Amino acid sequence: MTENYTALYEQHKIAGASFTDFGGWQMPLKYNSELAEHHAVRNAAGLFDLSHMGEVWVTGPDAAAFLDYALAGKLSAVAVGKAKYSLICQEDGGIIDDLITYRLPAAADGTAKYLVVPNAGNAAVVAAALAERAANFDVTVEDVSAETSLIAVQGPNAEAILLTLVPAEQHSLVTELKYYAAVEVGIIVNGTVQELLLARTGYTGEDGFEIYIPNEDAAGLWDALLEVGSGHGLIPAGLACRDSLRLEAGMPLYGNELSREGNPYAAGLGPVVSLTKESDFIGRAVLAELKALGAGSTSGRKLVGLKGLGRRAGRSHYPVLKDGTVVGEVTSGQPSPTLGYPIALAYVDVEHAEPGTALNIDLRGKPEPFEVVELPFYKRQK
Amino acid sequence: MAKVVAELKYSAEHEWVAVDGSGPTNIGISAVAAEALGDIVYVDLPEVGSTVTAGETCGEVESTKSVSDLYAPVTGEVVEINDEVVSDPALINNDPYGAGWLFKVAVTEEGPLMSAEEYAAANGGEL
Repeated sequence: MTENYTALYEQHKIAGASFTDFGGWQMPLKYNSELAEHHAVRNAAGLFDLSHMGEVWVTGPDAAAFLDYALAGKLSAVAVGKAKYSLICQEDGGIIDDLITYRLPAAADGTAKYLVVPNAGNAAVVAAALAERAANFDVTVEDVSAETSLIAVQGPNAEAILLTLVPAEQHSLVTELKYYAAVEVGIIVNGTVQELLLARTGYTGEDGFEIYIPNEDAAGLWDALLEVGSGHGLIPAGLACRDSLRLEAGMPLYGNELSREGNPYAAGLGPVVSLTKESDFIGRAVLAELKALGAGSTSGRKLVGLKGLGRRAGRSHYPVLKDGTVVGEVTSGQPSPTLGYPIALAYVDVEHAEPGTALNIDLRGKPEPFEVVELPFYKRQK
Repeated sequence: MAKVVAELKYSAEHEWVAVDGSGPTNIGISAVAAEALGDIVYVDLPEVGSTVTAGETCGEVESTKSVSDLYAPVTGEVVEINDEVVSDPALINNDPYGAGWLFKVAVTEEGPLMSAEEYAAANGGEL
């Protein structure tokens, strides 16, 4: 697989990062201690390089109708300036990727404009699938992943940190920005104010922002955020803590919880699929059938949260047992740094998926006690 | 770069042994291994009174990201375990050659061990 490097690779090296391959990218796994980085995001702020994520523009008179056809959600109903979590499915209902899609202000001629953000390892596949599905629509699909960096500031101090780089007259754009919304805002990078796309989104369970920026300016913004953020407890944070943060927040990771073999209902993402939208969409027929069959509610397996009663953590692919019989499989698991006990996401047979059900995870031959719990494991105090 | 202590010997599985011939010896894991594992949150040590065998697994070390077997670098009876490291496994990350020692063995036989120079050369540690 091609090794890709983000525009911030030198910044990470200077900061002492250890690297890992993720979706074909050399990404910082951690800078010092992944636990310290995890706690910084929960209690102060963390700075993430997410430039491995994809960015695909969808523009044109048919953009809304096209996305309604290409994705499982109803993107035409998204208001300008808002974001929506969605899925791109195969005809058989399998999940190609989970996506965040932003609807941005229309062009001067009224042409609709959306930004679709796929996962790193799926960016090229999603861009290709969108281009293929666009054949009968008056729409332009443009993959700008290679030129675009993405920097996230996550944690309770994120807003205060960001405001120090935003001209005072634009502060209200930031403070009034709602969760899952995006706006173009002036941010001071390398001494000049640049209009950048700022989204109040994240993958950590905390308040936070994601900033889209051309590669050539990414290092300047990264350095500036680290400098102004240090007084607010901001430290650079790697993918190791990103994974433990999202797991505590009960958020699925493509490749672990989501795959082409699974389906949205089993993953608990039924509400993301719009079977009420008028238009046809790819996967509709099979998804409607799966829903009618009770997939993820009365039949098959369902994604659940498991809380460990001991100290040992379950890991991806470990079997889940009920009275010694395999009834499921762990997809993600580790000790929760915030909660202090092991947590896991697992697919289990629906008859054993009720919160309160006692199950075991087979930890290399030793059955350890776990209990089905409601998701998310962690929810921030507002 | 992770530190390698000159006075210790090391196994290929990254355990260190304080062999000075003056009785039971402390055993731990190297800074190279601790760094690679990440923040350690759980250790499972052999029981006092049990016999460990060089080259065989005798416990587990679990970090936020992964779990690794612990291999005995020597054969002998376990005479003491470090209770503090059981309740605070972060000691292994903070002080792998000191407060983060794991258990003490009355050695009857050494397994294949490397000098600090050999271990550092093979694993990228710093003497």
